[in-house]
Amino acid sequence: MMILKLAGRELRLLFRSPLPWILLAVSQAVTAWWFLSLVEQFQAVYQPMLVRTNSPMGVTDLVLMPFFGSVVVLGMLLLAAALLAMRLIADERRSGAIVMLFAAPLTITELVLGKYLAALGFLMVLMATWCVMPAALLIGTELDLGRLAAAALALTLLALAFASVALFASTLTLQPGVAVVLTAGIVLALLGLDAAVDSDDPLTRYVALLPHYESLVQGRVASEDIVYFVLLTVGFLGFTIQRLDGLRLRAG
Amino acid sequence: MMSQDPGDLLLEAYGLERYFGNRVALAGLDLTLARGEVLGLLGLNGAGKTTTLQMLCGVLAPSGGSIRVAGVDLLDAPRAAKQHLGYLPEVPPLQPDAQVGDYLRWAAQLRRVPRQARAAAVGRAIERCALTDVAGRVIRNLSKGYQQRVGIAQAIVHDPALIVLDEPTVGLDPRQVQGIRALIRNLRQGHGVIFSSHILAEVQAVSDRVTILHEGRELYSGAAVGEDDGELRYRARFASPPAPDVVSAMDGVRSAQAAPAGGILLELSDEAALDRLVAASAARGWQLRELGKERRTLEQVFLDLTQAAGEETA
Repeated sequence: MMILKLAGRELRLLFRSPLPWILLAVSQAVTAWWFLSLVEQFQAVYQPMLVRTNSPMGVTDLVLMPFFGSVVVLGMLLLAAALLAMRLIADERRSGAIVMLFAAPLTITELVLGKYLAALGFLMVLMATWCVMPAALLIGTELDLGRLAAAALALTLLALAFASVALFASTLTLQPGVAVVLTAGIVLALLGLDAAVDSDDPLTRYVALLPHYESLVQGRVASEDIVYFVLLTVGFLGFTIQRLDGLRLRAG
Repeated sequence: MMSQDPGDLLLEAYGLERYFGNRVALAGLDLTLARGEVLGLLGLNGAGKTTTLQMLCGVLAPSGGSIRVAGVDLLDAPRAAKQHLGYLPEVPPLQPDAQVGDYLRWAAQLRRVPRQARAAAVGRAIERCALTDVAGRVIRNLSKGYQQRVGIAQAIVHDPALIVLDEPTVGLDPRQVQGIRALIRNLRQGHGVIFSSHILAEVQAVSDRVTILHEGRELYSGAAVGEDDGELRYRARFASPPAPDVVSAMDGVRSAQAAPAGGILLELSDEAALDRLVAASAARGWQLRELGKERRTLEQVFLDLTQAAGEETA
């Protein structure tokens, strides 16, 4: 499978540069700090309160959900996607290395999917570190594993969408910096749509990304939300293929 | 030159056209190349050489025309056609973070060289491009000359029928240029090579045929070496030259005029006039220092054609 070979090659090259390592290190430090502060808050504030009121809520509600639903996790994922956008296609078009792929016996679709899987692969590694952290709580307490799985699914779907946006943004420009800005712009527009525009409008509510994500993180796995993320991903991949095909028609 | 057996034509491109907006980059170019042949594509900067090569390799879609590579239509079946192509773009498509051997293995894999044949293919390319000493080094740290050779190696690693090289010797030192020329001559066996250059000596040194492009049009297509057209044209240089009129009045001299590069250009009606010229020089003290046959070199063809085309459009 040429797509998988291309993805493997991309990932290997990516990990030969310092960028992913630094990103992984920074992400681990920032999210761990956020996670530990949530655990501490739970121990110091919530736990005595829960015992007093005999509440059914637990670690899952008060540590896991705020962790996965937080700006810190979303922000790190967006940062990673935006930095990937710098490399994926923009950098190769700038250096001319992409010509090797254009002149190879490879369709544009294979090229795009290969690059996409590589981007997704990296985001998965990043997310795995975030999922392992809460799972470590299993040593000391009980967790709702179903809801942890739902949160992991939500993150995965978010990564699918972010990676496709990043790939598309990467085809729009030769300037790596512009690709970063475009990725951040598109993702933030999608995230904040319901807050910025009239949120009573059903279309706006559907297009906005955050409600779908939050609903999944809360443990409500609805096919409607999954379909939303799949549509978003397929849409941006389609744009990417169109765009690269167009580039071949216009110029190398 | 090889015979043009139509069954062994590696490249058939007819009526190639390319527009960038309203600007015509290429207008109706025909190119063919047989196995064992080297075709030089010559032109000033901006003549359309790179555009042509990009279209031949499927990197740029042509606005019109047809391209067949090794008998496969590039526009209908790009994947099958590109299998027979090796392309070195103007800027070598390197992966700077990769090692040379690793990069070439990837290049072979990308062109679907079977796993068991891959190591041998990479070894051969490394050897042919004289990269043995740097096979384990990271591409980013290599000199320009080595990087260019890695670029050529990736174009030939899968042993393609048609090898397309865009300005393969640009930026190299004279010794490296010699090496690349030898490599191109060497590659001719069993392949067809098409390469572009704006340096005449280069095209003349390695190619069998040349196509001269100017402003997107073909100006000349033919043999690469200057041809002896049978006319008796000589150039003579004297230490104390006579007036050209004096020479042209001699028996057997059809015309004589001052040559732009110095000396006198002579057109003779028979070769015996040479003896009379030498005798006259000795007798009258013109002090003949140099006498040689003038061939139409590619350089003259090129300059004549581009100047004529320039005057036409002016």
